[in-house]
Amino acid sequence: MGMAVPRSVWMWVLVVGAFALGAWAQSAGLIADILWRWEDIVFLARQHMQLVAISGGLAILVGVPLGILLSRPAMRRMAETLMQGLNVGTTIPTLAVLALSMTFLGIGTVPAIFALWIASLLPIVRNTYIGILEVPAALREAAQGMGMTNLQMLWRVELPNALWVIFAGIRTALAINVGTVPLAFLIGGGGLGELIFTGIALAETGMMLAGAIPTAILAVLTDFLVATVARFTVPRGVNPLAR
Amino acid sequence: MITLENVTKIFESPSGAITAVDHVSFEVPEGEICILLGPSGCGKTTTMKMVNRLIEKTGGKIFVDGKDIDDYDPVTLRRTMGYVIQQIGLFPNMTVEENIMVVPRLVGTPDAKARKRAAELLGMVALDPGIFLKRFPRELSGGQQQRVGVARALAADPPVLIMDEPFGAIDPINRETIQDEFLKMQANLKKTIMFVSHDIDEAVKMGDRIAIFREGRLEQYDRPDTVLAHPTNSFVREFVGGDRTLKRLRLVRVGDAMHPGAPYVFPEDRIGDAVARMHEYGHRSIVVLNREDMTPTGLIRLAEVEEARGSCGEHAMRLPGRVHVDADLRRAVSEMFTQDTTWLACVDSDGRFKGHITQRAITHLLGETYRHPNEGVVPDTRRQRGEAVLEPETGPIPGAPA
Repeated sequence: MGMAVPRSVWMWVLVVGAFALGAWAQSAGLIADILWRWEDIVFLARQHMQLVAISGGLAILVGVPLGILLSRPAMRRMAETLMQGLNVGTTIPTLAVLALSMTFLGIGTVPAIFALWIASLLPIVRNTYIGILEVPAALREAAQGMGMTNLQMLWRVELPNALWVIFAGIRTALAINVGTVPLAFLIGGGGLGELIFTGIALAETGMMLAGAIPTAILAVLTDFLVATVARFTVPRGVNPLAR
Repeated sequence: MITLENVTKIFESPSGAITAVDHVSFEVPEGEICILLGPSGCGKTTTMKMVNRLIEKTGGKIFVDGKDIDDYDPVTLRRTMGYVIQQIGLFPNMTVEENIMVVPRLVGTPDAKARKRAAELLGMVALDPGIFLKRFPRELSGGQQQRVGVARALAADPPVLIMDEPFGAIDPINRETIQDEFLKMQANLKKTIMFVSHDIDEAVKMGDRIAIFREGRLEQYDRPDTVLAHPTNSFVREFVGGDRTLKRLRLVRVGDAMHPGAPYVFPEDRIGDAVARMHEYGHRSIVVLNREDMTPTGLIRLAEVEEARGSCGEHAMRLPGRVHVDADLRRAVSEMFTQDTTWLACVDSDGRFKGHITQRAITHLLGETYRHPNEGVVPDTRRQRGEAVLEPETGPIPGAPA
């Protein structure tokens, strides 16, 4: 990359910026305000991550096999139609999905998880499907010509070579998921949204930030976690990070 | 041995049925390389893929080593045949070693044995196992990848290999090398190979037999020399090219067109001996050899020394050129043209003088088949080395212009 500004300069800008931000927050009494809510933050963050884990986990458990299923030659014709449907589904705002979910399932954790599951499902299915589809035809021909059964081809050739793309889908899905969980508060799902929305409603910046900052940190951490798992799971030969 | 009997493939398409392969029958004998050759869309690849049932035939029978391939389940069948494709198709998620071990693992070979075999095969395709076993395909050059591709196809030691333009994606320089190495390997392995190509030069070089296809029909199936010397119709004649006789040069080894037992002298010999020997053989020139290692060092022309005195060494001139006995005639002719001469001294790997080859001997050998079309096909000397092809020519060495 021909970046004109050296990395160290950016690092300094970042550090100085963070320091300035901290100084400002300190003078406004915000840091004390946030720390005062520490117990709430921990409790709600845990609830937040539970929602992410359950809805995201279910989305992976359903999305990956569904994507694989759609990529099977027998399903090809149907798969395209279905993917179009899923793509349209992605355009529906998550807030609307939450509202619809509430209409059918009432309020509480279950409708929240359901809505989050729907929102995370699409990127996972799409990436699994496309990842497998984009495995070069030559690899398939070689595998078949060497006498692999379709199942052996899936396990030994198609999935390992699609894994990076599949993980990219999971990353996107979980990032969306963590960022969407605050909305779950609106239908009684709990999570850090409780601090954010209450803070907004009461015009209490400290309370709002006590929800918003941990949400942001959790999103970054989740992304990092998935990236790390991907880095160590994807075979070295097809892993762009393992050179 | 691969036998095709009336094999036909009809593809159904929206615009009607298309006959891709039309009643094709031929046989690839045990241990030979058969090149399926023809323009694109001629049915050669379809024919090949019907052998390992990647494409199911519409009609006819295919036998491999006498067994009907329809009696096997396609997956089992394919594991008994090596398969190499143009795009190589190494699995990027696996190391070179794992790639080679794919089929052995599929058929349940113990891991330790498969590993040993992988290292052995890598050595066979001229890649150092110590360096390459643990590498990933993306860390290899195209030529190295294709070598691994060949090693992988040989892993389970299948009697039959199916190759779809295996060297087509490699740059010309590497292609020559890999082709040569492959031929050397095949000389030991003696696999029965069906090999698709669209390149007549590759076909002539690699093939024991060439099957030329056009629009799903087999136009000619013969040894390369026969295809070049006696194309059965105008299509084949045009396909093999206007320089087809030149292509035949490749098929003959210098040693087989060479005139063995040519006379020579040593530098210490008196010039009178050289003159006497030239008269005895009716030659107009004679080669001077180094006595210690028998390498040709120079040349004496009769016209220039008939009245001379002294030793042969004093009158020796520069030798116009030499060629290895194992080189093909194309090399010899090229050397003749380079040196502006009509004959060359032939040497073995130690540089020892073995005889000489003349332009006339070459044209005579190539012309044989046209004079006696039923018997005169030159043998494919790469496989039948040492066979006498040509009676030693009597008479003077032509050429050698003063």
